Amino acid sequence: MAIDPNTSVGRRGFLKGAAAGAAGAAALTVPGVAPIDAEAQSAQQARPVAITPEQAARNLAAETAPLPDEVDVQTVDNPGSDFMVDVLKQLDFEYIAANPASSFRGLHESFINYGGNKAPEWLTCCHEQASVNIANGYYAVAGKPMAVLTFAPSGLHHAMMGIFGAFSGHTPSYILVANIADGKERRPQFDWGAHSVVDPADMVRDMVKWDDTPGSLQHFAESAVRAYKMAMTEPRGPVVLVVDASLQENPVPDRSKLHIPKLTLTTPPAGDAGAVAEVARLLVAAENPLIIAGDVARNEEGMRLLVELAETLQAPVQGGGRGMPNQHPLSGGGNVRTADVILALNEDGLFGRLNRYRDQQVRSSTPLIKPDTKVLSISSYDLYMKGNYQNVERFQEVTMSIAADPQATLPGLIEACKKLITADRRRVMDERGKRLATASAEALERARLECTYGWDSSPITLQRLALEVYDVIRDKDWASVGGGGGRLWNVDKFYRTMGSVNGGGVGGSMSIAIGAALAHRKQGRLCVRFQPDGDMLYVNSALWTATHHRIPMLFVMQNNRAYHQEVMHLQRMANRRQRGMALAHAGLPGSSITDPNIDFAMMARSMGAYAEGPISNPKDLRPALLRAVERVQKGEVALLDTLTQPR
Amino acid sequence: MKIFLVIVMALFVSGLAAQGQPSSAPTGNAEKGKTLFVERACWQCHGLSAQGGGIAGPRLAGRVPAWPAFSRYVRRPTEEMIPYTPKSLPDNELADIYAWLRSIPPPPAISSIPQLNRK
Repeated sequence: MAIDPNTSVGRRGFLKGAAAGAAGAAALTVPGVAPIDAEAQSAQQARPVAITPEQAARNLAAETAPLPDEVDVQTVDNPGSDFMVDVLKQLDFEYIAANPASSFRGLHESFINYGGNKAPEWLTCCHEQASVNIANGYYAVAGKPMAVLTFAPSGLHHAMMGIFGAFSGHTPSYILVANIADGKERRPQFDWGAHSVVDPADMVRDMVKWDDTPGSLQHFAESAVRAYKMAMTEPRGPVVLVVDASLQENPVPDRSKLHIPKLTLTTPPAGDAGAVAEVARLLVAAENPLIIAGDVARNEEGMRLLVELAETLQAPVQGGGRGMPNQHPLSGGGNVRTADVILALNEDGLFGRLNRYRDQQVRSSTPLIKPDTKVLSISSYDLYMKGNYQNVERFQEVTMSIAADPQATLPGLIEACKKLITADRRRVMDERGKRLATASAEALERARLECTYGWDSSPITLQRLALEVYDVIRDKDWASVGGGGGRLWNVDKFYRTMGSVNGGGVGGSMSIAIGAALAHRKQGRLCVRFQPDGDMLYVNSALWTATHHRIPMLFVMQNNRAYHQEVMHLQRMANRRQRGMALAHAGLPGSSITDPNIDFAMMARSMGAYAEGPISNPKDLRPALLRAVERVQKGEVALLDTLTQPR
Repeated sequence: MKIFLVIVMALFVSGLAAQGQPSSAPTGNAEKGKTLFVERACWQCHGLSAQGGGIAGPRLAGRVPAWPAFSRYVRRPTEEMIPYTPKSLPDNELADIYAWLRSIPPPPAISSIPQLNRK
């Protein structure tokens, strides 16, 4: 707005005039009031009151004169958020994921201009649930947290499902929540309610390991380090740190008085030596031992240790997730019904493993194990539990329970077993190992046979889809970043697979896959994600984050045009009530995703990805996959919208 | 839980598959049965080609149990399968479905599928 010093309508005068004009215009519309002579009013407005040059100069000086410095502070040289960035840099964050918000504008600016947008590098996310889940996926591969920045209340509300998933999956999400605690610092129209909460962390306190609301920069430094340490202590879990906007934007009074503590991570607790020796004694003496493994391995060393235990005992391993190579002769065999000793490692679903549960009108469960089967548990989950959000199943009776980290306990357990194995026991174990290897080979052959059924069906069977994908990636350094390929995929390394969304949160797995692919990027691995359509519809903007940040990966859709699990549940209800079966089959209103069908390829292309589809003929799969893989290997995001059978 | 379901369904199928020939099965119309397999929602768990294999229903193609065991299980399943009473699925329709399941041709041989033979 240019100021004309020769008129009385200066900047401030202009604003006043505009307000008066608006009021006058409003008055003209009042019913029953005689209108003002519009012509006379117009003439008056067109002739500004003439003033002298001296008056104009005085007016200009009054308009532009700065207020005293102590009243009107307009710049800052050493904002608190610069120090906060120093703290987060010391924690070695590689990335920070965020959807921008004014409550952390100070921190945002510091990350970019002070921190140079490196370590951590800013990841632009379009939804806070995507921010948290990208961080969750990154951790699954990198083994360390990615920072997430959001604000209270709305951003934290959006983030909650990702935080709950982290809680359920024992993932150390590191969440910074901006808030404006001081009422006098809140802008009247924007910050009351929209950017401030009395106690933001309260929203998620039931599902995080620890939270804090620092009141000073020194407090922030100490709590930032403590939060990291708490998140990474077994069993791991999410933490929240509230970051006050005033602390970000106000200057640091004296930087020399601030100290960033050194981070020393906690050593995972190994099991009590006496208890471990007893576990070893029972396992070595067992005729049919069985290892049921949950989330045991944190890295390749964890996988090596689990394999060593299994081979030492020649005992089958069920589960094991990323900790057990799926085509190992001891993987997947054994039977809880015939086992005499069962070793459960970080298995939070033990009740479901050891009991037969039926979801009929009257739900029932009966034990699968023999009455005298000894169940031994080594779990870090016994060290930490919350009351409101419960990521456990029904209580399972066990013979021995050792509260300890399995990976940290395995070296001692393996050693104890080896000491107890006599030549006789070795022979028994070797014979058992041969039987299990034969059974494993037969199971692999059965899996190949199963693939042939429905081979040419359209929509495409999930088995054929998985095999076609594997066939084009098997000779590359591949990683599945969500969704399994089945037994025919040779998962021979820890990094080949990972879990997906935890806590039943449909909608999170796409973002988790993107975070994982980001962590794989520096190794140049070819990342593949089987992407359900229903999940993609929640936070599909995460795809843009992948293309924007050049995170190469291949999405192969499992598009069944329904929330099919719910279709099956509705069918169960209809059958149970003996009505409406045909309607249930059609997906009942509320569970099908048709009419219109969604063009996922178009959606992906709109966000900069290479995409093809829908593909319903299985014969079209291979050429499309080859084209898509070529694009991914050039650094692009590719998506194939493949129409599949639901199960 | 998913793995548990697969285990129990596999047990179900292995138990039924060993039960011999469909000698006492009523005559059914396979063409109608193919349609009914979809309309009565069997495909939701077992797949459109009765191929099974996922986390829900097991494969039925190529290993249909004998009629007495088959019909008894459909009417009153002992595991996770949802029950189909005669009100939901009349006997003649069940017979049609059974006829279609028995008529499904064998799949291509493993040796004919290159993707299954690469080392």
